[in-house]
Amino acid sequence: MAAKIIYEKSRGLTDASFHYCPGCSHGTIHKLVAESLVELDILERTISIAPVGCAVLAYNYFNCDGIQAAHGRAPAVATGVKRVQPDKIVFAYQGDGDLASIGTAEIIHAAHRGENITVIFVNNAIYGMTGGQMAPTTLINQKTTTSPYGRFEETTGKPLLVSEMMATIPGATYIERVSVHDHAHILRAKRAIKKAFEYQVAGKGFAMIEILAACPIGWGLSPVDSMAFIKDAMVPYYPLGLYCDRAAQGGAQ
Amino acid sequence: MAILTFNEATCKGCKLCIDACPKDILDLELSRVNAKGYNPVKCNASAACTACGICARVCPDSVIKVERGV
Repeated sequence: MAAKIIYEKSRGLTDASFHYCPGCSHGTIHKLVAESLVELDILERTISIAPVGCAVLAYNYFNCDGIQAAHGRAPAVATGVKRVQPDKIVFAYQGDGDLASIGTAEIIHAAHRGENITVIFVNNAIYGMTGGQMAPTTLINQKTTTSPYGRFEETTGKPLLVSEMMATIPGATYIERVSVHDHAHILRAKRAIKKAFEYQVAGKGFAMIEILAACPIGWGLSPVDSMAFIKDAMVPYYPLGLYCDRAAQGGAQ
Repeated sequence: MAILTFNEATCKGCKLCIDACPKDILDLELSRVNAKGYNPVKCNASAACTACGICARVCPDSVIKVERGV
């Protein structure tokens, strides 16, 4: 009797066990990226650019070549790699402290130039690796180690809406915000990630997928409660959906 | 018939699969811990499993392999 495999660990991931905390969404997102690379048959010619943050060791987990960039500079490194080796598939994997804070200039100008790269933006509303400090994406009244009474709008402003901002840049081809808080949203996130890689294969230009993710340890919640926090607190402020898709008009303007 | 294989060494006991299982047949194995120090997940009633694969897809650490016998 032959058994049909419904799900097994993707060959796009190495055998290494993730160092991430229990319930961390990085593992889920790594799986989606790896599955997309395998399904599009581009794993062997892909180069990953790891950020500074919890995913700094991502090159140990993706079963492809990888570089680890300076803090926030993954889009700049990805630009260099893609321009030198245009036949390779290049993606930058960045968190919110990396992309939305120190790397804001790099991501905006990579999109502005219309670089043919894919950016996976993991938004968990906190600096996870350094101990749960407040990020630009931290929600109002959310408690972190550097905002122990909650984030105050009067002194620190409102959380940065990166996808909305990026969609206004004419050079960006495809911007979508997804979430991984339950099975249905994981499947939608997978479709968006795969589409972003398809656009890069077709040479359609810059794509960024923002993924709402959980940091159970940084948030001080159980993994199951963290998924409820994404659904009830993050999604209302960070609306899910497609923010721009200029591929139909022949790519970026 | 569904076949579930757990790579217990990589399980971190986060319970996301337990919460997601539509048949409510997954639970933590409280009688032992793995090398990481976590109680690994187990299936209480594999006969009730429909091999939908939801547990495997929500697992951040790819612990579960799901097969459906044909």
